[in-house]
Amino acid sequence: MKKKKLVLATTSLAGCFGCHMSLLDIDERILDLVELVTFDKSPIDDIKEFTQMCDIGLIEGGCCNSENVRVLRDFRKHCKILVSVGQCAITGGLPALRNGIPVAELFKEAFLTGPTVDSKSSQIPNDEEIPMLLDRVYPCHEIVKIDGYLPGCPPRADLLWEALNLLIAGKSLDELNFDLVRYD
Amino acid sequence: MEQGQISLTIDGKECVAKEGQSIVQAARENGLFIPTLCDFRSLSPAGTCRVCTVKVGGRFVPGCTSPAVNGMVVENETAELTDLRRALVEMLIVEGNHMCPSCEKSGNCELQELAHHYRIVVPRYPFLFPVQKVEARMAHLFIEHKRCIQCLRCVRGVRAKDGHEIFGFMRRGSDVRITVDVTDPEAVSEATAKKAMEICPVGALIQKRVGFRVPIGQRRFDRKHEKDGKQL
Repeated sequence: MKKKKLVLATTSLAGCFGCHMSLLDIDERILDLVELVTFDKSPIDDIKEFTQMCDIGLIEGGCCNSENVRVLRDFRKHCKILVSVGQCAITGGLPALRNGIPVAELFKEAFLTGPTVDSKSSQIPNDEEIPMLLDRVYPCHEIVKIDGYLPGCPPRADLLWEALNLLIAGKSLDELNFDLVRYD
Repeated sequence: MEQGQISLTIDGKECVAKEGQSIVQAARENGLFIPTLCDFRSLSPAGTCRVCTVKVGGRFVPGCTSPAVNGMVVENETAELTDLRRALVEMLIVEGNHMCPSCEKSGNCELQELAHHYRIVVPRYPFLFPVQKVEARMAHLFIEHKRCIQCLRCVRGVRAKDGHEIFGFMRRGSDVRITVDVTDPEAVSEATAKKAMEICPVGALIQKRVGFRVPIGQRRFDRKHEKDGKQL
């Protein structure tokens, strides 16, 4: 009997999609991957909301606004194994450079007084459709329980490939070949 | 045993060392690894980072400032010490702002390499996200205070062109902070800036205008891991 395919979901929160690009960098191995898994909610197949319970969830980016938190909690609810992928998910990353600076000051600089702002028409966006900015950027494990971490900016394609193979085989990420890990 | 020599055991291995050597030096000479950060070649040890902590007679002592003594029994690579050292590296990471992707020292950084050695993927402590201004007044060097681990290697090993001390430190405990004499912004020559960057184990002291001349992926520790990876 053919083994049931595992279900994979991915998302990019406060990230740059670089980690997803790195996943595409596994090149022709993606043909092997689609034999092993099916994608549910993910930018890879453009499924917007979960349609089922998933085996593995990959999170790129940390949480900088209320929408990131909602999506991350939704992933926790729908994924048996949740993995923080890349430095932004693990540490907050580049967006977290704003941490420690009051939000009011950030808004003022970005929308009112910054050197590239047209001061005549400037205003702080305040539409109810726009998610609320959090007081700081949070690493994912400070919001929900995270089961595994893949460092890198982005994690190298070989690392993602090896990690996915371990997870698909039901093994722990502790078995990773750490020479594939870089923090930059 | 020759005159001036002593013997000690490290993790049960019989070691011979010279009188007056530290535990770290004795271990190195006997081919044993004790991690270090604040220790730098010819500089006298400062014992600031504590990642070389070993256990002697049931007590934790820094290996770099504790002399090796005849008959000493040293514990080094035990599970307890490995976890303690890993915790120390994690504390150094969360106390600063060690964002490898945006740091020019990445790949040449000794803190990053120790994190790699201990297979750290996420620190057990929450990140503190310190906010500190960059000191950029000097002609050839800038100081990223939030990456400084207060190892004092620059204070001990870097002098200005005319030989006077330029680095110092102020405050105490967790508030300790490197200061630099910028009364003469030209005092730090290009050669001194280069030396300062080399002596700094992290990305706190960065020479200006040389950023990313060696691309990420081709740096000291990158090459090491590439080699190690191929050996597997």
